[in-house]
Amino acid sequence: MKKIIEGLAYVLGNDVDTDQIIPAEHLVYSLSDPEERKNYGKFALSGVPGDQAGLPDGNVSFTEGDDFESKYSIIVGGKNFGCGSSREHAPACMEIAGVKAVVALSYARIFYRNSVDGGFFIPFECDTLLVEEIKTGDDLKIDLNANTLTNKTQGKTYDLKSLGEVIEIIEAGNIFEYARKTGMIASS
Amino acid sequence: MGMTITEKILAAHAGKDSVSPGDNVWVDVDVLMTHDVCGPGTFAIFKKQFGENAKVWDRDKVVIIPDHFIFTEDTHANRNIDILRQFVKEQDLPHYYDVGTDNYKGVCHLALAQEGFNRPGEVLFGTDSHTSTSGAFGMFSTGIGNTDAAFILGTGKLWVKVPESMCFEFTGTFPPHIMAKDVILNVIGDIGVDGATYRAMEWRGDAVMSLSMEERMTLCNMAIEAGGKNGIIEADEVTTDYVRGRTDAPYKIYHSDEDAKYFFKKTYNANEMESIVAKPHSPDNKAKVSECEDVKLDRAYIGSCTGGKLTDFMAAAKLLKGKKVLIDTFIVPATREVEEDLHKEKIGGETLVDIFKNAGAYLGDPSCAACLGGPKDTFGRAGDNQVVISTTNRNFPGRMGSKQSHVYLASPYTAAASALTGHITNPAEFVNN
Repeated sequence: MKKIIEGLAYVLGNDVDTDQIIPAEHLVYSLSDPEERKNYGKFALSGVPGDQAGLPDGNVSFTEGDDFESKYSIIVGGKNFGCGSSREHAPACMEIAGVKAVVALSYARIFYRNSVDGGFFIPFECDTLLVEEIKTGDDLKIDLNANTLTNKTQGKTYDLKSLGEVIEIIEAGNIFEYARKTGMIASS
Repeated sequence: MGMTITEKILAAHAGKDSVSPGDNVWVDVDVLMTHDVCGPGTFAIFKKQFGENAKVWDRDKVVIIPDHFIFTEDTHANRNIDILRQFVKEQDLPHYYDVGTDNYKGVCHLALAQEGFNRPGEVLFGTDSHTSTSGAFGMFSTGIGNTDAAFILGTGKLWVKVPESMCFEFTGTFPPHIMAKDVILNVIGDIGVDGATYRAMEWRGDAVMSLSMEERMTLCNMAIEAGGKNGIIEADEVTTDYVRGRTDAPYKIYHSDEDAKYFFKKTYNANEMESIVAKPHSPDNKAKVSECEDVKLDRAYIGSCTGGKLTDFMAAAKLLKGKKVLIDTFIVPATREVEEDLHKEKIGGETLVDIFKNAGAYLGDPSCAACLGGPKDTFGRAGDNQVVISTTNRNFPGRMGSKQSHVYLASPYTAAASALTGHITNPAEFVNN
């Protein structure tokens, strides 16, 4: 597991639901076909209303044109990030677009669990309402050893909450690797 | 210390005498349900992790119900149905309800109930957030992603953090124009879209226990809209009567202890309930119907796991009988069984189907349809900046189709009354006349 995650911020508001993260009409592509799955990156966050897309200004596209990868790799959200459906296409599309971490005030349960068990990216929590501090495009650095988020653009550092008991699954990679490590399922 | 019904079921399935909120336990799974949107991804992960020729842990406990993108020309969506068929064939799975056959059912959450897979005391996971619906049968049920579902397919187990429980008690009697949908929208409005995150929502009280199974399902269905892990109602005679007609599998009824610990308890007077809508764009954006009567509508939509059951159509038909709708009105039965009932059930000698047709409503085939927008050719999909009143469960931006549309969530009574007037309308006087 990488101990340092760096990237540009893409800032969203409260209650970002999974229909905003990946609208249902796109839930038809294969997640395993290497070419077809790129569609998920292309349409990642495409349901976010314009004025909420890339705060504080809004109307910032997450991916450009036909690109499936975004230049933003750290998502900053408010409360209840990922609410709504259980579609694993939501964390998957973000990973396909290149997201390495999300930092939010809080998460909806299934989205958080999918992110961890599927090993898509690390869902960090921070008690500071970062969406009021960080601007889309700011250069961020997450240090897992110190459990901090640094906004290099603004020269500010914030404490992140401990990942708690799910750290073991995150370190293993996903729920399958964790289960193999602990002997619950046979090693392949 | 006593335990809640949720804690008791999880303890029993973890092989423990007791569990406490916050414990992480591995539970044995009684039923795993998946559908056309999440099945293909689940099967791919299962094969990758357990091998191309791996077999599911228990053929009889896997239920596959295609329901989301069914009546569409979308080639990717139709390819996903083929993937379900292929997996069912490879694994020789008995519980598959194929599109285009007499065996097709429709919306998974109601089909699970109707086909006898909802049984008190059991643990059911599904790759759909509204799997919380099954909790109406006094069982633990919750939604999961593809990865967790693939893990269950291979092992029959899943880790669960035991949730704290919240108790919502309704005493007295609901007024005749109040439906379970009004009740759940009211509660979500009170606690917010994350008011029950990581928690169980337990429903109690005489008013709740007076509800039919279908209405109880509506209450548990939308637990997820408050962030809840599961919704649950103790099984009683209403439950066992329903289950008896659907399955002869054994089950166990659990009750919450008198001294069970709840994170939150609130008692409502059922007699004081009013008709409620959730305004755009969030299920917790609560308002009394009486406060929204100036909202002009473009269409009404009655359907989905939340509002497409026979009870919901009986309510709508009661109001629409002998009248004409003023706006486009879409009727989408959740399942084939509901659709068949629309042809059989009568009000004043007229079948529900005839009532809807004569009122000028459009009837669709059973599926999730426009509840979640779906492919462009989906029946009832919201377009442009339409204002919709809907018996479905979510009104997030773009949820029912167009990102510019505005969706008001409401009960079937409210949706039907509003279809007759073209603006949001209190159903009380229609129902009580």
